[in-house]
Amino acid sequence: MVITQTLAGKRICITGATGFLGTAIVERLLRSVPHCEIVVLIRKGRRSSAEERLQRDLLRNNCFDRLRSELSNDFEEVVSRRLSVLSGDVTKDTLGLDEDGLQTLSSCDVVIHSAATVSFDAPLDSAVEVNLLGPARVRDAMMKARSLFKDASASSQAEMISVSTAYVTGNRKGDAREELSGEDTLASQLNWQEEVAAARRLRSDADAESRRPERLRAFFNQAHLELGAAGTQLIAKRAESLRSQWVKDQMVEAGRARAQMLGWPDAYAYTKALGERALVDFSALDSASPIPSITIVRPSIIESAFKEPFPGWIRGFRMAEPIIISYAKGLLKEFPGVPEGIVDVIPVDLVAAAIIAIAAERLRSSLEQVPPPRKEDASSRSTAPLAKASTAPASRKKGGSSLRTEGRTASATTEGSPQEPNASCTVYHVSSGSTNPLRYGRLVELVRSFFGEHPLYDTHGQPIMVPAWSFPGRGRVQRQLERASKILSAGREVLARLPSHSHLGDLPVKLENRSTEVSRALEYVELYGAYAETEARFRQDRLIELWESLTPEDRSEFLFDPRSIDWEMYVSSIHLPSVVLRSRVRTAPSSKRPSRSRSKLEGILSPDRKAAVFDLEGTLVDTNVVESYLWVAARLLPSGLDRARLLARIGTSLPSWFLLDKRDRSDFLRSFYKLYEGAPLERIADQVGELFVNVLLAKAYPEGLARVRKHRHAGHKTVLVTGALDLLTIPFRALFDEVIASSMSVTNGILSGQLTSPPPIGEARSIVISEWADAEGIDLDEVVAYGDSSSDLPLLSIVGYPVAVNPDVPLASEARRQGWHMEHWTKSSSVTHLLPRPRSSAKSAPELALGIAELLSRSNKGGSR
Amino acid sequence: MTTRPGFVLEIDRSSPPMLFWKGEGFGLEHLPPSSRVIYPPEPLPPLSNPRAAIRRALEEPLGDCKPLSALLKPDMKLTIAFDDISLPLPPMRSPDIRQLVIETVLEMAAEAGVDDVVLIAALAVHRRMTEAELRHALGSRVYDSFAPYGLLMQHDACDEDNIVLLGHTEAGEAVEINKRAATSDLLVYVNINLVSMDGGHKSVATGLSSYRSLRYHHNPATLANSRSFMDHHHSELHHSNWRMGRLIAKSGVSVFQIETTLNTNTFPEQFGFLQRREWEWSVKDRAAYLATSSLLARTPLQLRRRLFHSIRSPHALASVQAGEVEAVHERTIHHIHRQQLVRVEGQSDVLAVGLPYISPYNVNSILNPILVASLGLGYFFNMYKGKPLVRPGGVMIIHHPTPYEFDIVQHPSYIDFFEQVLTETKDPVEMSEKYEEAFAMDPWYTHLYRTGHAYHGVHPFYMWYWCTHALEHLGAVIIVGGDKRAVHRMGFKVASTFNDALEMATDVVGADPSVTYLHTPPLLLAEVQ
Repeated sequence: MVITQTLAGKRICITGATGFLGTAIVERLLRSVPHCEIVVLIRKGRRSSAEERLQRDLLRNNCFDRLRSELSNDFEEVVSRRLSVLSGDVTKDTLGLDEDGLQTLSSCDVVIHSAATVSFDAPLDSAVEVNLLGPARVRDAMMKARSLFKDASASSQAEMISVSTAYVTGNRKGDAREELSGEDTLASQLNWQEEVAAARRLRSDADAESRRPERLRAFFNQAHLELGAAGTQLIAKRAESLRSQWVKDQMVEAGRARAQMLGWPDAYAYTKALGERALVDFSALDSASPIPSITIVRPSIIESAFKEPFPGWIRGFRMAEPIIISYAKGLLKEFPGVPEGIVDVIPVDLVAAAIIAIAAERLRSSLEQVPPPRKEDASSRSTAPLAKASTAPASRKKGGSSLRTEGRTASATTEGSPQEPNASCTVYHVSSGSTNPLRYGRLVELVRSFFGEHPLYDTHGQPIMVPAWSFPGRGRVQRQLERASKILSAGREVLARLPSHSHLGDLPVKLENRSTEVSRALEYVELYGAYAETEARFRQDRLIELWESLTPEDRSEFLFDPRSIDWEMYVSSIHLPSVVLRSRVRTAPSSKRPSRSRSKLEGILSPDRKAAVFDLEGTLVDTNVVESYLWVAARLLPSGLDRARLLARIGTSLPSWFLLDKRDRSDFLRSFYKLYEGAPLERIADQVGELFVNVLLAKAYPEGLARVRKHRHAGHKTVLVTGALDLLTIPFRALFDEVIASSMSVTNGILSGQLTSPPPIGEARSIVISEWADAEGIDLDEVVAYGDSSSDLPLLSIVGYPVAVNPDVPLASEARRQGWHMEHWTKSSSVTHLLPRPRSSAKSAPELALGIAELLSRSNKGGSR
Repeated sequence: MTTRPGFVLEIDRSSPPMLFWKGEGFGLEHLPPSSRVIYPPEPLPPLSNPRAAIRRALEEPLGDCKPLSALLKPDMKLTIAFDDISLPLPPMRSPDIRQLVIETVLEMAAEAGVDDVVLIAALAVHRRMTEAELRHALGSRVYDSFAPYGLLMQHDACDEDNIVLLGHTEAGEAVEINKRAATSDLLVYVNINLVSMDGGHKSVATGLSSYRSLRYHHNPATLANSRSFMDHHHSELHHSNWRMGRLIAKSGVSVFQIETTLNTNTFPEQFGFLQRREWEWSVKDRAAYLATSSLLARTPLQLRRRLFHSIRSPHALASVQAGEVEAVHERTIHHIHRQQLVRVEGQSDVLAVGLPYISPYNVNSILNPILVASLGLGYFFNMYKGKPLVRPGGVMIIHHPTPYEFDIVQHPSYIDFFEQVLTETKDPVEMSEKYEEAFAMDPWYTHLYRTGHAYHGVHPFYMWYWCTHALEHLGAVIIVGGDKRAVHRMGFKVASTFNDALEMATDVVGADPSVTYLHTPPLLLAEVQ
């Protein structure tokens, strides 16, 4: 066992340990290299320390299940003895390490740098910080640590293994060798400092652009359209998040465009490629070391484990997985790709094993003071190291870049004349393409036949037929999807502008779902399309050479020979079952997997909740204040002529009310309630019972009423909150513990038309409910709230359990974004027209008639408000 | 003028297809040869002068009872209770028979100088009537003289302040009735005895009782042993009511019972074909049938409902009798039998019925699935005296579209019963033990019953108990044309055509089943020998 012997007693530092590959390396070292120590560099989270993240994000992963069961009770002891954590951040100079941290780092024999922003659509600047500058920063910190705490002439030289990607070669065709990009390539000609500076400048430019008045207005308008009458606070919040999202989108787009212009598929590959250059340039200036030891490992697309720790182990739902599941669900009707192209996939355990073997190899050869095999000359470009650059005067020829970290500016300068390289670097491809290629056409065939045999099931329990892909060009698929996306967003906009949504049923929700599907498909095609079209073949000569040099024991313990993979077996029996299992999809017709909405409903009705708040109009009953008013007024008006006049008056006011309602519902209510001015309270009160039966109850959603009762049954307090007049809601008091409604002042039994306090609508509603909860000693996190429209958003966003019922478009979008529970309730057949009504009891209500007649004449004179 | 009695037709090759009610519509079905069709007797001639007949009945009471005029005293407390919207079916043309009777009673009370008079609609746990319905039943003159002064009440089985306990029967049944009725010097009860189940001691003991008292006879055990409840001598339901009625009388409540029977002239002349025998249809009847059925086929359901519920029946008064409860009721039963009884020889394997759009509990509303069960298995199955028309283990085939629809205003607790109770159990005994009380005591249902127009929370349970006898007796229930989801929820089978239903029935009763078709409404009562 040469590898374990070589690594015994060594201390290995790993960045990116909570990532997919990092987790696999840590686990493998713990399990297969029993006498090494491991230091993991973890960034502390917003709310959790690095130590907490180690426990939560690393050790709790099922990757460690095998080790845990093998060690049983010793697991904790072994981990605490061999694994230590360093709190640090690769986007900061010296990784944000303090003196102790640097000392620990200096004691490491190997540093494996696997921290990266793997997202293909990361904003350019953050990809630059992590992927481009990250490796150089790690190197810088290592050098600093060594100079501080070690004798410079110490023979033991720390090895650095930087994980990159095979796709740094860009969109090239043919063989790609295991070497740094040569003179002829763009990557070597580009000045990475300039790219860094440009990315930072772009961020501040985009931010400045986003703050221009017309942009700000557009964000506000957009937020208003999306949220409707949700109130100023929520709209402001949304507008600000639209703004920062816009800046982010600009940066994503900038990254993608820059990368594609330069011949890389995306910003990830582009920043990784430049990161390699930066690392090499940097190390070249490390004069202290006669043999700078840099190894770059370039895996291709890393997928689920082939054998270790168990077949199919995977972490995160990554690149290929969502595409596979979308395909199996029948959502992805087409995907571009070249059938004979190579999809270069490599199982994660092979990559981890290769890195460990490479680390051992490097240590062994540095001990022997033998230059590593096939040493590659580093770039002919020269740079000032970060550490030196920070003190160097800024001299610009091609332009400089600044690395702003922790408030100080480090500028690196590029001299026009190339310096002699004194850095060298070894590159390994950990991939499969040239020794055991998996063709795209074959992969699609395997996936298709897998889901033919093991289909997913739809909600009706029917198997989903997977579509046959015809391998169209990327452009065509993209155009089709863009067209569909445009049509859908136009549809949503139309719906959002419609006055009422109650008759649309669950159309807004369906449209929302469909449009999410299409935009996701479009995203996949844009992001990953290039990877199915790659025609590069990554050579693995050096990797194979290393493999051939291993002892048989090492080979059996650290398998990384890509030729050993039987793709058909791997895809059909390991990878796809694992992906399907992890994605928690319906895999059998009767599989009563507890649906997410059912478990949400259980949470909502759990006895642990304390209260349930219901909106009335639109949520519990399919009617509104106008209808209630008309019903009451029509019953009390004496003749058909008066009724016609009333209708005409209301008809002319409708457009302005409609606009008012769109803008602010409480303004609408204030304006509308003026109609009640002069009406006798007693006469209206007489009508309440009949109004309830004929309008409110008749148009109620039976599921809604049943839900209120279920909450009561579960011991929750039930609250009705409505902009309707309190006297009209009296019959609902039997169903609710608390009714919060608008109330109107009354003088001498005559309604004034003026509300006594702001109607509990929109933001006022959220305030009223939090005050109520306070008074009752109820935690809002334990409150369930039901609403149907964007004006309920302020309320829904303050409670722990928001429910969107028959939501309008803005609410449906918001609910989807936030993962709120959504329900569709249906009305029962309304048959109250069968109940005979008495003829107009006009003579009993002359007062109201007078009041309304007076109002009519006044409004004729004064115009409608 | 003589009318033809009921008739049992044996189907042969020359028989025309038979008319079946199918909810808000009807259709013709061919019955297999040798099936029996039971036709009701033709309508009896009406009393020529109803007002005079009523006055005579009040003045010449039956049994141990003084004439009404002799019972009325100036300072007395008089209460007049009357049957609610569930009778008659369909609602009759104006003037309603209750109006005629109550106007006569009020005239006599006025003549006697009685001041303290209150009218009470005897709802039991039915829904409150609307103003328009009350005006229709009582006439606007009566309505306007009582309602505005709070003297027209609707009985409230949940109003603890207006319920009084009169005592317990020898079987231990607590008897609670309306306080105003119980504390009056005279309680006049105005009945419309549409079927033989109505009236007798059931009028006061059920119509004016509390939920607590109803439980003694409205339960699965009692209703399973009411065979049938159209024959009060063999009905546990009635035995319990009779015990209660006698206790009411013994405890000093003086009841003056007025019972009226109607003839079976059920539908207006334009629908005359509905109450004529098919082979006797005139050219006009055929044309009317064709025109009506093709019109209905093109009319949306909502409109059809409206159309049918606007039908006012030309029912006419066939008899009126007043006085002591039991004596009056025996005479009433005699009159009902005269109008409705048909003698039938023996039982058959299959009983076929067609359900109309209306039952006692959905006047101006929807005949929801539970009411379909109660009308078919509760009412039509029980339209017998002696033995059921169908043999034990036989099959009942019911025609009705049975839509999955409920009226949230009138039947709120039905919705929850259908969704929450029937999904758990279809066994009347189990549901009565596990769920009845929660529904009956539910504050929201109670609120809707007391203030709106909703049936009491317990009512869907009663409707299901109503089916107990039929469910125990029958081997299978098949609903032709029913909504699958709704029918399956109730544990019945659906057939798309009558022939399919017959085919399915052979699985239960064997090949070549004997079939009896109960050709109703108009109503009939089969006396099975």
